Amino acid sequence: MSRTYVTCVVNGDPVDFLCHDYQTLLSALRDELGLTGTKEGCGTGDCGACSVILDGQLVCSCLVFAPEAEGRSIETIEGMAEGQHLHPLQESFLEGAAFQCGVCTPGFLIAAKALLDHNPTPTETEVRYGVAGNLCRCTGYDKIVRSVLDAAVRMREQDTRKETA
Amino acid sequence: MKYQAPTSIEEAVALLSSDPGARVFAGATDLIPQFQGGRPEPSMLVDLKGVPQTGVLECQNGYWRVGAAVPAARLTSHRELVSAFPGLVEGTSLIGSDQIQGRATLGGNLCNASPAADSVPPLVALGATAVIVGAAGRRSVPVSEIVIGPGATSLHHAEFITEFRIPVPARGCSDAYERFIPRTEMDIAVVGAAARIRLDDQGRCRDATVVLGAVAPTVAEVSAAAEILRGRQLAEAPNCKAFWEELGEAAVASCNPIDDKRGTVQFRRRVAAVLARRTVATAARRAKEAI
Ligand SMILES: Cc1cc2nc3c(=O)[nH]c(=O)nc-3n(C[C@H](O)[C@H](O)[C@H](O)COP(=O)(O)OP(=O)(O)OC[C@H]3O[C@@H](n4cnc5c(N)ncnc54)[C@H](O)[C@@H]3O)c2cc1C
Ligand code: FES
Ligand code: FES
Repeated sequence: MSRTYVTCVVNGDPVDFLCHDYQTLLSALRDELGLTGTKEGCGTGDCGACSVILDGQLVCSCLVFAPEAEGRSIETIEGMAEGQHLHPLQESFLEGAAFQCGVCTPGFLIAAKALLDHNPTPTETEVRYGVAGNLCRCTGYDKIVRSVLDAAVRMREQDTRKETA
Repeated sequence: MKYQAPTSIEEAVALLSSDPGARVFAGATDLIPQFQGGRPEPSMLVDLKGVPQTGVLECQNGYWRVGAAVPAARLTSHRELVSAFPGLVEGTSLIGSDQIQGRATLGGNLCNASPAADSVPPLVALGATAVIVGAAGRRSVPVSEIVIGPGATSLHHAEFITEFRIPVPARGCSDAYERFIPRTEMDIAVVGAAARIRLDDQGRCRDATVVLGAVAPTVAEVSAAAEILRGRQLAEAPNCKAFWEELGEAAVASCNPIDDKRGTVQFRRRVAAVLARRTVATAARRAKEAI
């Protein structure tokens, strides 16, 4: 069967790939583009391991058809750190021991980034709702929630430093 | 399976008419899990999001036009829509996580035809109409007539919904939706209840519609609600007045629930009575603010 040619932007870089129309965006990212940071847990929208940001909107990449990516912009975990500089969320997760096996971590980081992009000062409840679509079998969630709140503080401090500089 | 992204109604209808195995979709949040669960994939998938009419969101000539493929996140962040139909937005905002909200649509929620769909009781309570297009042209049908049973709709092949039309709420009119789930997030309604209440200037009920979800094969209207509530003073806190009991009993009588892992028949009936009263009280409180 013929494959569909898709061009899009991933983490700021223009990319193209060939895919079958039944493939999901998750499968295109992992199998066609080799970006295996985005994980597959359930494949049905329940676990959030496959979270990416599609044109500014948090989605489960397992529930997006790959050809839908045509002309769109996608943010994945691979684009989160800037070179050697970890994103404040990544630093907070490391320091706060917010992961154990790590399978859920890229999804949590992307969901948390989407939350903080829209709401830089979330309450604990808002953080808990913001990551309600992400499942973790290891941590018990508390350290994840604390780390997101901690990252929000760091990011606000960074912003104030930038403003005063 | 071939993916198609038409950019007009005509193109979409032509594609659907060309292939009896073609299927429309918007957010795919019901569709893909169904494929994963072993449901056969269609030969053609028609993405409705590129059809401009499915993306409208505006108020004109006395009604709101809400595109069938507008994602939930856009509805819940639309300030005027939230204040016009707080209950519809409540129902919509309960659909899944933030990830799901970015994709899930009212058209998909309705046409997936689950008895537990959270946006359907409020749409029905508000008297919303679905605008349907197909090879035979355009028709408008009350939302209450779209779903005919679990997983089944009255739409013909090559037909799809472009938008919903919802009358602008009259003075003293508002709505509410509440559901029961055993957790706080990420679950499917055991019972859902929507209410639309209109009060006169003294806070007495002029008109009421109460619609239950997940207690019958399709949504169930509590047909006696208007009669029980009309003329009652609803602007005051609900107390032990007999009509509240009557409303609960009418809700129970409207249910035709099943036993499943989420709840027994008896439990669903009792919860339906509680939620019917609660949503009426909430809608009435909001309606009072709109006098
Ligand atoms: C993790 C998770 C949690 C969920 N939680 C909830 C919940 O709490 N409450 C709830 O109600 N639902 C829930 N859902 C179900 C689903 O997200 C909703 O039903 C959603 O609104 C479906 O919209 P969609 O655009 O994604 O539908 P799609 O999957 O695109 O389509 C669903 C069906 O409708 C048809 N269809 C779509 N649009 C149209 C149209 N315009 N005209 C005609 N037919 C059309 C399609 O052919 C298909 O049969 C959940 C799903 C997931 C994966
Ligand atoms: S893999 Fe997408 S939500 Fe689980
Ligand atoms: S760290 Fe193992 S699933 Fe979250």
